[in-house]
Amino acid sequence: MAFKEIELNMGPQHPSTHGVLRLKLAVDNEVVLGIEPVLGYLHRGMEKLWESLTYVQVVPLTDRLDYLASLSNNLGYVLTVERLAGIEIPRRAQYIRVVLAELQRLASHLAWAGFMANDIGAMSVLLYGFEAREEILDIFEEYCGARLTIHGIRIGGVIHDIDTGLVSRIRTVLTNIPKRLADIRTLLDENRIWKQRTVGVGRIAAAEAIDYGLTGPPLRACGVAWDMRKDIPYSSYGDFDFDVPLGRNGDVYDRYAVRLEEIGQSIRIVGQALDGLPEGPFMAKMPRVLKIAPGEAFHTIEAPKGVLGFTIRSNGTDKPERVKMKSPSFINLQSLEHMCKGNLFSDVVGILGSLDIVLGEIDK
Amino acid sequence: MSETFEKAPFLLARADRFITWAQKNSLWPFGSGLACCAIEMIATAAARYDIARFGMELFRASPRQADLFIVAGTVTNKMAPVLRRLWDQMPDPKWSLAMGNCAVCGGPFPTYSVLQGVDKIIPVDVYVAGCPPTPQGLIHGLMILQEKIARSHPTKEILNPDARRPS
Amino acid sequence: MPADPADRPELRQTLEALTARFAGAVLAGAVEGRELAVRLTKDVLAPALRFLKDERGFNAFEDLVVFDNLQAPAGGGARFTVLYRLYLFPGALRARVSVDVDEGEALDSAVPVYRSADWAEREAFDMFGIRFDGHPGLRRIYLPDEFEGHPLRKDFPLAGRDRGL
Repeated sequence: MAFKEIELNMGPQHPSTHGVLRLKLAVDNEVVLGIEPVLGYLHRGMEKLWESLTYVQVVPLTDRLDYLASLSNNLGYVLTVERLAGIEIPRRAQYIRVVLAELQRLASHLAWAGFMANDIGAMSVLLYGFEAREEILDIFEEYCGARLTIHGIRIGGVIHDIDTGLVSRIRTVLTNIPKRLADIRTLLDENRIWKQRTVGVGRIAAAEAIDYGLTGPPLRACGVAWDMRKDIPYSSYGDFDFDVPLGRNGDVYDRYAVRLEEIGQSIRIVGQALDGLPEGPFMAKMPRVLKIAPGEAFHTIEAPKGVLGFTIRSNGTDKPERVKMKSPSFINLQSLEHMCKGNLFSDVVGILGSLDIVLGEIDK
Repeated sequence: MSETFEKAPFLLARADRFITWAQKNSLWPFGSGLACCAIEMIATAAARYDIARFGMELFRASPRQADLFIVAGTVTNKMAPVLRRLWDQMPDPKWSLAMGNCAVCGGPFPTYSVLQGVDKIIPVDVYVAGCPPTPQGLIHGLMILQEKIARSHPTKEILNPDARRPS
Repeated sequence: MPADPADRPELRQTLEALTARFAGAVLAGAVEGRELAVRLTKDVLAPALRFLKDERGFNAFEDLVVFDNLQAPAGGGARFTVLYRLYLFPGALRARVSVDVDEGEALDSAVPVYRSADWAEREAFDMFGIRFDGHPGLRRIYLPDEFEGHPLRKDFPLAGRDRGL
């Protein structure tokens, strides 16, 4: 008796699914015929919970969405609240937000690089990436005491000011990161095994990528120059000079290369923000209890994983009526099947790693 | 045979000390990394906090090869049966550590889909609170677990299988 | 950051074209800055999305948001409002298409027009119980299939109903 199609189960407990994700794979010998992701193993009911909390109380919970880039989630949420309530943010606060958000992007990409390389087998890169990330987490810990779930960006501004001591320590970190990055690049960029496992694997064309709703580095790896920091600038990003790295082939290698280039660009942005840090308050004048008149607002930011958006509808009280999060990882994961079809099933791990998903954001 | 051994408590105590010394210094974690706490668990295993100094750097992906179940993150109702099955698949002797507020008591999520504490489905030896606990906090919890293991009596369980802890 | 002050002329033209094509079904329409907002009757949803994508260039589907109007102060409307957010790339223009749907009614699926609406519609079904006709495989996405109820509805309690654990 010969059978060709086998159904394999991967997860929800698996070292390489980046969280509790279950993938049902249909394979023909080793070639993937189809993938069905099963979600919900980390569904915590965030959107329901937010409706019973005040606008301010929601901020720490947004940390737990994309837990590798918590400040980005905070930024996305507070910008939407500020648009809804019509709050003007002081320029110093906007610059500090840029510094924090870009440092967070660095930390997220370094962790991603470690995880993806570890999944494919290059375990040293995990330790290199995490060591580099620890330096950034030291900055966050000095800034506000937290390493991972930071919520240093609050409605109206940021929680603390940054003094000259912290600025100089951030600059030191900015000079150290390129050295670590160079180490990682030396190990991987021209590595024959790495290229065999990533070049040409998990391809997606630009038009299909847009139709699947792909955003962030996976879309830019297809050559599509879509970056919310440039298209609809927010929080003074228009003041800074930076490039948007693009790929060409939309494969795993290009997604990897785009993210490493973005690390370099983030370092540029942080340097410029620190150089041009304006004087002034770091928090707007906020009422004691924030009540927002009935209305609706939508705002998107370029988070490390892709375009993150929040829709908030208010009803005149201090609690939101509805908060809907547009989750980049949730949408990006939809294209996994398209990217994996026809590839070997051992490539699924590499493709999944290159998408850079976080289950907290997918499952909410 | 067991009566002979039971007449020599000194030998059993010596054997206990040796066995628990070996166990506590070579725990192999089964990193059930569910959510944000998993990142801090991995940071603990990374170069700076170096869990390898405790002999615990070997995170096993398969529960059959592990003896410490670190539940790191929120346990949802959908994930609970999976977690229970993983715990059942771990061979004795095994210990568990609930890492983070979600595993301890449901954390900040009193919602329709979150299990309010992993001790509702598996027995927990050490609770490490925090959201997430820092790597230092996790290491402290692991050291407390090591002290707990040092106080246990494995020879009793070997000689009398009915005295095993219910799981 | 303040909304872009200039109302885009291309969006005005899109609104005019939409109103001309689907006369009577466009209940409200406005352009503010880089966003076009329209309210439609639900029977023209699929052709309107197809029109906006193929003829007006809104090539990306950004988000699907469902509002439960159970506690809305100005009642008299349908139970749910479903919002489709579209994006035009390059150009950074947005379209906000909203339709009202009542309890027990179904909407046409947007999946034949935008593939990325697939999981968004499954999420709307899971959380609110709204059905989408023509969806390739409408089923729950987060909660287990045997879960009873739709959690994001306003009449569903936060802690859930089944307190077995």
